[in-house]
Parts: sequence; C-alpha cells; structure tokens
Amino acid sequence: MRLLWEILDAVRDILPIAGTILLFQLWVIRHPLPNLQRLLRGLLFVVIGMALFLQGLEMALFPLGELMAEQLTGPAFIPRQGVEMLDYVWVYLFAACLGFATTLAEPSLIAVALKAQEISGGAIHAWGLRLAVSVGVAFGISLGTFRIVSGGELFLFILAGYGLVLLQTFFAPSMIIGLAYDSGGVTTSTVTVPLVTALGLGLARSVPGRDVLLDGFGLIAFASLFPIMAVLGYAQIAILVSRLRG
Amino acid sequence: MVASCIDLAPVLAVVLIFQLGVIRQPLPNVLDLVGGMICIVVGLTFFVIGLEQALFPLGESMVYAFARKGSLPWLLLFAFCLGFATTIAEPALIAVAEQAAEVAASGGMIDSSDAARESYALGLRLTVAFAVGVALLVGVFRIIKGWPLHLLMIAGYAMVMTITLFAPPEIIGIAYDSGGVTTSTITVPLVTALGVGLAHSIKGRNPVVDGFGLIAFASLTPMMFVMIYGMVLT
Repeated sequence: MRLLWEILDAVRDILPIAGTILLFQLWVIRHPLPNLQRLLRGLLFVVIGMALFLQGLEMALFPLGELMAEQLTGPAFIPRQGVEMLDYVWVYLFAACLGFATTLAEPSLIAVALKAQEISGGAIHAWGLRLAVSVGVAFGISLGTFRIVSGGELFLFILAGYGLVLLQTFFAPSMIIGLAYDSGGVTTSTVTVPLVTALGLGLARSVPGRDVLLDGFGLIAFASLFPIMAVLGYAQIAILVSRLRG
Repeated sequence: MVASCIDLAPVLAVVLIFQLGVIRQPLPNVLDLVGGMICIVVGLTFFVIGLEQALFPLGESMVYAFARKGSLPWLLLFAFCLGFATTIAEPALIAVAEQAAEVAASGGMIDSSDAARESYALGLRLTVAFAVGVALLVGVFRIIKGWPLHLLMIAGYAMVMTITLFAPPEIIGIAYDSGGVTTSTITVPLVTALGVGLAHSIKGRNPVVDGFGLIAFASLTPMMFVMIYGMVLT
C-alpha cells in the first residue's frame, strides 16, 4: 500500500520533465517522437525505480546514517558525554573516510576528470585530479562534522571558503575555472547525499547542546565547496610543476 | 545493475569497516537494512535505465536542436523549464526535503501535522526547482553574451552572504545544502549537454571554457531562493 503511494508520487514528480520534453518536441521543434514504445517503457522504469529507491533510502540509508552518528557519539566512544571536541575524533574520521571513498568512486567525477585532462593537454592527470577532489571532499565533510560538534556558525565557515575560492580564482588558469566551479555540484551523488544528511542530523541530535534545526544541516554545503578549492589548487600546482619541468 | 552496485559499494565498505572494526556493536534491524539496500540498488538501476532509454536521448537531441535554432526567447524558456523539471524529479532532493520537513516540525518551525510537513517539503522543492530554472536561464544568457563566469559567481557569493544576514537562522543550513543536493542524477547530464551544445553552436566560443558553469549557477541560486523562502515563511 505504501509502495503504491510512492509510485503515485513518483508519477507526479516525473510529469514536469516528461511534459517539458514532449511539449517542446511536438510544438517547438515539431518533430514526431522517434520511438514511442521505448519512451513509455523508459518512463515506466523511471517511475518504478524512483519509488523503490526512495523506499530503500527510508529503510536503509537514513537509519544507517543516524545509527552511525548515534553509535560513534555513544557512551562507548565519548565516556565523558560532553562537548570536548577532541573526543569526537572517530566521527571526524568516519566522515572523512565516507567522503573520500564515495567521491573517488563517483562516476560523474570520473567523466569530469577525463575532460580536464583533455583540456589541459595532459598537464592535469585525471587520477591526480580525482584524488585531489576526494581529499577535498573528505576534508570538507570532516570539517563539517567538526562544525556540528563545536556548534560554530555555518555561514562563517562558508564565507571563509568563498574567500579562499575567490583568491584562488585570480591565480588559476582561466580554462579550468568553469570546470572547477562545476565540480562542486558534481561530486555529491544521489546515494551520498541522503547518508551524509542523516549523519549530520544524527550528530546534531546526539551531541549535547546542539539543535537539529540550527546545526543539523550544512554537511553537503561543505562537500560542494571543497572540491572547487581542490580542483583550482590542483590545477595551479600541476601547471606550476609542468612549467618548472618544461 | 553493476553501476548502481558501484554507487553503493564505497558507502557500504566504509560503514562496514567502521561497524566491524571500530564500533563492534550489534546492528539493529539488519533485515530492514538489507531489504532497503536491495531496494536502493534495484530502484537506482531501473531509474538509470529508464532515464537512458527515455529522457536522455530525447533531451540531448532537443538541447542540440535548440542550441542550433538560435531563437533566444524559446531557448531561454526551454532552459528554465529544463532546470525546473529536472530538479522536481531529482530523488535526492525529494528525500532531503522530507528530512528537512521532519526536522522543521520537530523544532517547532512548522506545524507537526502531515499536511504541514508535506506542504513545507513541496514548497522547498518548488523553490529549489524555480531557482535552478532561473540559474539555467541566467547561465545560458551568459554563454550567449560571453560574460566571464567568475564575475557572476563573485556577485552570486556576495548575494548569498547578504541574504544570509536577513534570513531566519533555522533555514540557513538546509538552504546552503540545497545547492549541492539539486545537481545530481538527472540534472547534471542534461545541463552539461545544454552548456556544451550551446558553446559548440556559437561562433568563436570554446566549449571547454564557455560550456561549463551552468552546474555552478545551479548550485548557487538555490541557496538564495531557499533563504528567501524561509524569510517568507516566518
């Protein structure tokens, strides 16, 4: 019964994109639809897939993220149960590992990295770039969990990040700037986002003195900001190195 | 199926290593967790196959057709609709919006009834979708006019910071997160195709220099619009 509602919701969520493509195809471009049967089957797959995926998120990934946050902040790990920042080192480590592993395996990042290698004529290596971005995301999410534990102001962290990005932009080769800015949005995938969100909310619930509403969100913001710095930084270093060699 | 497993594998690996090596406590509801994981893998597989069969080929050929056609009003309208519609269908945003509604209800920001939560979540998603639509509209205009990306980004950052000063503190976290959440499975491929296709079809533009930047706008504008949504709500 629940699944039926999920499917109905999914139909509603898919309607705008299906409608946009159909309307523009038929009215503006005025081409008939190339393969109606394939199109309808594809849309059916999208709807079923979305309903199942969301159901799975609710059953597994959200609880898992909160559980990890609870366990890592439980009495077994934080005996004093206070806000001693260094006590939460396992939380930071978990966040870093999660960010690193998911980013390294992210398919859209692989595509972006190959493109960057192509633009730069080989000065930027695809693998090096992926490592740099993964380290960037790992550091970003880790810093984000530190902010939740310490209760710092989100906007101050992000403001500092923007400042650094701007500074880097002035020194970066112009061909890499668009790619770098885009990479921020690319690294956070459909599977990572829910788990990281749940981790943040769980942390804000478990750490004494934190408020879910004020402190729980913000991890994804860190995860989207740090890849920009990593790509800009990596490009600057890679080009400097190739210049020194050449 | 393989691709979805690869998506999930690093997450599972890290969680398992920590569960077995560090936490060493029994997992509650193992059955639910396993069932949920299976749902995620199967669901994501269907979702991606469906997208690749139905939406991506048609969307991409359409994007190229619009880029070549050269009618500015139609192109801008198409860019807006594409941004809005892909964002509404983005599963990660659906999930996060629901979480945000629950958190907002538990914190007393909105009513805790089902209806209030649903309307808050839907309002959030519509706001983000509208923001992405506007982002693509501005981004396409920028590619056509050849304005430098970094100046617009700096202006955007400045606006985000200015709006932050006036936004209610309860909305800032989810607003900042919404930028990264929106650009995902459906949006990224179609939007990248739009940018690169457009830069290809305009004379004197280099697709690698000018084609990027749409995703960057699409992760920037939701922050502003969600904060404004929060200001309107309270």
